[in-house]
Amino acid sequence: MIFPSGSGAVPGPDLPQTDEKVTIMQREKSLTRSNGAGWGFALPGFGLMVAFIILPFFFAIWFSLTNQRLISPNPTQFVGLSNYTQLLSVGTILLEPERDENGATLRDDDGEIAYPRLRNFTRNNPDYPKIQGMREWFSWQTGPNDELKRVILAKDVVFMRALKNTFTFVIIVAPLQAGLALLLALLINQRLRGINIYRAIYFMPVVISIVVVAFLWRLIYDGNNGLLNNLLGAISFGVIEPVDWLGQTSTALGAIIGMSIWQAVGFHMVIWLSGLQTISPTLYEAAELEGSSKWQTFRYVTWPGLRNTAVLILIVITMQAFGLFAQVDVMTNGGPLDSTQTIVFQAIERGYGKQDISGGSAISVLLFLIVLSISLIQRYLTRERS
Amino acid sequence: MAIQADNHRLRIAVRYLVLTLIAALFIFPLIFMLMSSLKPSQQLLVDSGSLRAFLPVGDISFDNYVMAFKRAPVGLFVINSLLVTGTTVILSLFLCSLAGFSIAILDWRGKAFVLSAILATLTVPFETIAVPLLLMASKLPWVGMEGFEFGWLNSYRVQIIPFVADGLTIFLFVQYFRDLPKDLIEAARVEGASWWTVYAKVLMPLSGPIIATAAILKFLVMYNQYLWPLMVVQEEGYRPVLVGLQYFFQLNTAWGEIMAYLSMITVPVLVFYLFLQRAFIASIASTGVKG
Repeated sequence: MIFPSGSGAVPGPDLPQTDEKVTIMQREKSLTRSNGAGWGFALPGFGLMVAFIILPFFFAIWFSLTNQRLISPNPTQFVGLSNYTQLLSVGTILLEPERDENGATLRDDDGEIAYPRLRNFTRNNPDYPKIQGMREWFSWQTGPNDELKRVILAKDVVFMRALKNTFTFVIIVAPLQAGLALLLALLINQRLRGINIYRAIYFMPVVISIVVVAFLWRLIYDGNNGLLNNLLGAISFGVIEPVDWLGQTSTALGAIIGMSIWQAVGFHMVIWLSGLQTISPTLYEAAELEGSSKWQTFRYVTWPGLRNTAVLILIVITMQAFGLFAQVDVMTNGGPLDSTQTIVFQAIERGYGKQDISGGSAISVLLFLIVLSISLIQRYLTRERS
Repeated sequence: MAIQADNHRLRIAVRYLVLTLIAALFIFPLIFMLMSSLKPSQQLLVDSGSLRAFLPVGDISFDNYVMAFKRAPVGLFVINSLLVTGTTVILSLFLCSLAGFSIAILDWRGKAFVLSAILATLTVPFETIAVPLLLMASKLPWVGMEGFEFGWLNSYRVQIIPFVADGLTIFLFVQYFRDLPKDLIEAARVEGASWWTVYAKVLMPLSGPIIATAAILKFLVMYNQYLWPLMVVQEEGYRPVLVGLQYFFQLNTAWGEIMAYLSMITVPVLVFYLFLQRAFIASIASTGVKG
């Protein structure tokens, strides 16, 4: 989140140092040099961090390689990567339609092409060892006349859906929330009387727990008497039919996205604002003198000054968005039909709900790797080009 | 001239209109929550079809609040949350400022390593350590009133101790202490003050702003805890407000009572926020500076 420009020893220019400088530095060093006091002051806090953040992090890696359960009469065993293969294994199969003696494709009562049952291949079929125990994730028609059916299978279909939903959430929320927050920050950065009142209002949802917000929005999204449906009905004079926002697969994740942005956008607005305020007013004055348009001022003065803020905000939003849990737990429990399952929800459902510490830990480690690689990629893409 | 002045006024008016419309978007759901908490559930659902949803009209009373207290020990949940939050904030300010002082001011063997370990924890979301931490918490030893025992589940300590020290709070103190003038410290040392005296009598009295920032950030995190207590607290006696809310909801409660519960735990925080609005916003902004 925050990385100091220089931690520990300050690297200085490699200039030949005079004796006088060395003695001053030594005097300063010896004045603050104290191993005993240093460790003594740091240890209570740092020790707690080791015990409750760093140690559990390494435990997560270790547990994910075992069959650890929360409570179990059997000793824990090392199982290698099997938790990961269980989560991530995917396979594919091309199904040919069932044909009669003449080679014509058979159709079921609804006129759909009939295919052999998947479980003939995935259950104890020695000819298909690679897809043993897998279930259908999704499929599409292919081949001549679209007669063939390509099926993608996964060992853990629910986890695959959780991955897909979480990535969808992040890919929509990160740019949208960062962009809206920047717009709000630009609005708030105007010199207008009473502007601080607006800033306070925009920020207000941030101090409210996301759990409270989720309960409130459950009532707003309600399919029968929800505020949103009534509002849409009123402004369209009843043309828009009431929608069960959280109850159907096509809208549930979108509803959660909307509410999440409503709650958190003020947080990032404030960070943008502090970035905006670091831009020197003389630059704006110069731009005004040059007669630059509003867009030019933004493009050539404001935006370059916000580079570092932009990187920070993207990384923070991405990290927060991958942690999506409370909204889902309160509003949909992962449903309907797994359409709001998320990575963290799955980790908690296994680690806590099913007391499967190893499975939950494996998901946690995967989440960490995903978050880490995405923030490294973001840093790389937004690096200073010299 | 007159046309220009009118134009200018019109532009200002449009700006205020835009600002106000957006403000309505943020504020109306909260007004809806407050007003609904005062209405019987039947009326609440009917009212949400019109502007009455945002007005204190009809059969207005505090019955929902009374019912909420009757249905569940809401007062106990609030006390649990305040106790856990308050203790964690105080311990955190103390231990994190000590560690920050040590890193910012003192020179000691291994400091660079400790600092990089602390900064590295900033990349670890809590969600990724929650599951192994749950197993740890179920097995950790404790010396309590009844002597030596194992297991931290269903207690206050399991909600407090893991959250006392965190990288962000320590780092905020490190940054703040680094920017304080070194002369003060040297003067105190020359006069023979111990490092403890330097910390407690010289630096901490100058640290009001950063203490407020760290306290507000910690308060928001702790009062809004949900995932962790959901896993480690099953007994009603230790349950915090938000987990209590989830159980409350499962009692098939009427919406009016839910809104009363939500208002009850939200309004104090909002009032607190409105009074300390600048400090709240400054504390969030400080997590972004020097990025």
